[in-house]
Amino acid sequence: MIPGDPLANVLYVDLSRRSYRVERREDLFADDIGGAGAGIRLLDENCPVGADPLGPDNPIVLTVGALTGLFPLASKTVAMFKSPHTGNLGESHGGGRSAVAIRSAGLGAIVITGASSSPVWIAVHGHDVFFRDADTVWGMSSLFTVGRVIRDNEPGAGVRSIMRIGRAGEEMVSYACVTTETYRHFGRLGLGAVFGSKKLKALVVSGAEVIPTADPKAYKRTYKELFAATQSDVMRKYHDLGTAENVTPLNAIGGLPTRNLLSGRMPDTERISGEGLAAHYLGRRLACAHCPVGCIHIAALREPYTDDPYFYKTRMISYDYEPIFSLGTLLGINDPECYLRLMETVEALGLDCMSAGAVLAWATEAMEHGLITENDTDGVHLVWGEDAPYRAMVRGIVDGKNDFYLALRRGVAFAAQQYGGEDFALSFAGHEMAGYHTGPAAHLGFLFGARHSHCDNAGYSLDQTALMSGATVPLEEMARSLVAEERWRQVLSSLVVCFFARGIYKPEQTCAALASAGFDVAPADLDALGRRVYRAKYDFKLREGFDPAAVAYPDRIFATRSAAGLIDRAEFARAVSVMSAEVLAD
Amino acid sequence: MTRLDVLDTDRCVGCQCCIFACARRNDDVSLSLACIKVRSAGGISRGFRVIVCRACEDPPCAKVCPEDALTLRKGGGVTLIPELCIGCGLCRQACIVGAIHWDSRINKPLICIHCGTCALHCPYGVLGLVRNDRPGALAAVPSRKASHDPG
Ligand code: SF4
Ligand code: SF4
Ligand code: SF4
Ligand code: SF4
Repeated sequence: MIPGDPLANVLYVDLSRRSYRVERREDLFADDIGGAGAGIRLLDENCPVGADPLGPDNPIVLTVGALTGLFPLASKTVAMFKSPHTGNLGESHGGGRSAVAIRSAGLGAIVITGASSSPVWIAVHGHDVFFRDADTVWGMSSLFTVGRVIRDNEPGAGVRSIMRIGRAGEEMVSYACVTTETYRHFGRLGLGAVFGSKKLKALVVSGAEVIPTADPKAYKRTYKELFAATQSDVMRKYHDLGTAENVTPLNAIGGLPTRNLLSGRMPDTERISGEGLAAHYLGRRLACAHCPVGCIHIAALREPYTDDPYFYKTRMISYDYEPIFSLGTLLGINDPECYLRLMETVEALGLDCMSAGAVLAWATEAMEHGLITENDTDGVHLVWGEDAPYRAMVRGIVDGKNDFYLALRRGVAFAAQQYGGEDFALSFAGHEMAGYHTGPAAHLGFLFGARHSHCDNAGYSLDQTALMSGATVPLEEMARSLVAEERWRQVLSSLVVCFFARGIYKPEQTCAALASAGFDVAPADLDALGRRVYRAKYDFKLREGFDPAAVAYPDRIFATRSAAGLIDRAEFARAVSVMSAEVLAD
Repeated sequence: MTRLDVLDTDRCVGCQCCIFACARRNDDVSLSLACIKVRSAGGISRGFRVIVCRACEDPPCAKVCPEDALTLRKGGGVTLIPELCIGCGLCRQACIVGAIHWDSRINKPLICIHCGTCALHCPYGVLGLVRNDRPGALAAVPSRKASHDPG
């Protein structure tokens, strides 16, 4: 790496002592490039074995990588922590301006340890750190307002990032998220709860550091090629309709989880599809920092006040495939306005939409089966397709109204353990599923994704490829492909580039980009890096008690036909053992 | 003579590609060492403001420069003569749109030269070069997606 590259600066913040220091860690970044590679090592160093995820010992590690700020779509920050949701490795990627802001602050990583005794937000401006009293914004009902107040009180407009939690994080709901730039999230696995346990309301980062290049000419040449590629057809999918464009094709093949996966098909999705939302609601498009693709789609929802004619409010609410599935079809919702209202409630409180959706879906079915009653739900009567009861339940979860709601705070696996219905609790190894019932590979991916976010693996695309070719892929081959693709994704998440750019950042282009950033690597080195990072994550998982042979999955996936047909239970069990051997190989 | 113009801020997605492109002209990778800035219009749900030189015909920035370091540019705006600039910052105060940014390494202003590089990197047609040799007859010069040559 370039001597003195600010990327190797790691900021350590101790919230208990309200102190901080910056350390040079070339050892970390020279080998592992940053992102997930540097992150897993920092987590391993700073998280004591068996640490309580909600205790002061659990560190929050945020890393960026060698390409951050330099190239288009290198716009993600990797967060690593011990997850309060699964009690194991927590990894979550967020965009917005977070990554470029951290790099512009002259940092490659931020490690936050300890806990504050009173609400605080941390402001990092360059290498100066300020601890601001957050009492006024603690407990605020809407995250949107919190963002506004912090914006008014911090410098760095236009370049800063404001990563904040809502009430769900404060209340340590185990699947609370961290929201950045209003519409982007460190969504999965409960980073928000870890913030909350430290009484950390927000982290603001800005700076004006210049990012060095090894060879400006080569840099500009590579930039030009990569920028041109971002304007090509490879990225069109994300550019036009955004990820919401998946709704129609997944529904067509029967892989769209509907009504708690009682079906893989949802009727009448025209209005809630990417096409329908764009035609009737799309109000604004946004991009992460340094991303020409601009995949973020914001709907404008205009609604009248019922008590006063000629008064309307217009809210700007984001949509993407995953929330459309989890807060839409999974709950039998195909009316876009129902989805948008529920999404807004979930956003305002700061919950991971996917886990929240699976919890609500389980509760609906549990109510139908009489496992829970209105006594438990405090009068909320859930009905597929209706948003008002769902919104009430989401508020109840965050308020922690009674034992039932307190159970819902810990995710669907825990709730089903208490109340029954484990066969239809859509939890994979303790974490709620992502939006793909495409076939066995998707579910294997949910179980064994090294990041365990369930959105990080290639399972569903393997299923779709198999579906299109009509050939059955032997299990061993499927397992090998899943692991191979994931290893490569460790490289992408060390750089750190957005996974949507994986069609652009092939090994050769990645090496050229890294060369201009001062990293002399060949494709074989990248391969080794991918293996190393993958291995390091599994080492951490095993260290914290992950047992690949004991991963749990719900019966429902065998009962409901997937896009690839009925999944055979025995065959899948064999796949799980093949997969657990594969992930632990070498 | 052409000048840069903000054609339609409502199409801005806040991607910052224009800012990085402007800094790259001088081999810098930076959000601060650019002549153009993008800020949210009171939270990103309301969109963005693009802050860049308006190419004034009788530029207030030049009027206040005590060293005559800002000469009038044909087509509007100013050209900085760095050797004359003493870094007093008066020009920055005089520009009411805040379009003069600062290079703190050399303590001198960053002044837009209306080259259009940023426009070539704006994927959404927010920016463009316009011709203004005849007063009152601004005509957009097609630039969007015409090329990705940073020039
Ligand atoms: S900073 Fe330089 S260009 Fe600006 S007013 Fe002062 S001398 Fe003139
Ligand atoms: S810098 Fe400001 S004052 Fe000077 S020409 Fe540009 S817009 Fe006008
Ligand atoms: S026209 Fe040229 S100098 Fe002016 S902001 Fe754009 S790239 Fe920078
Ligand atoms: S490149 Fe265009 S869309 Fe992107 S921030 Fe600049 S003006 Fe806005």
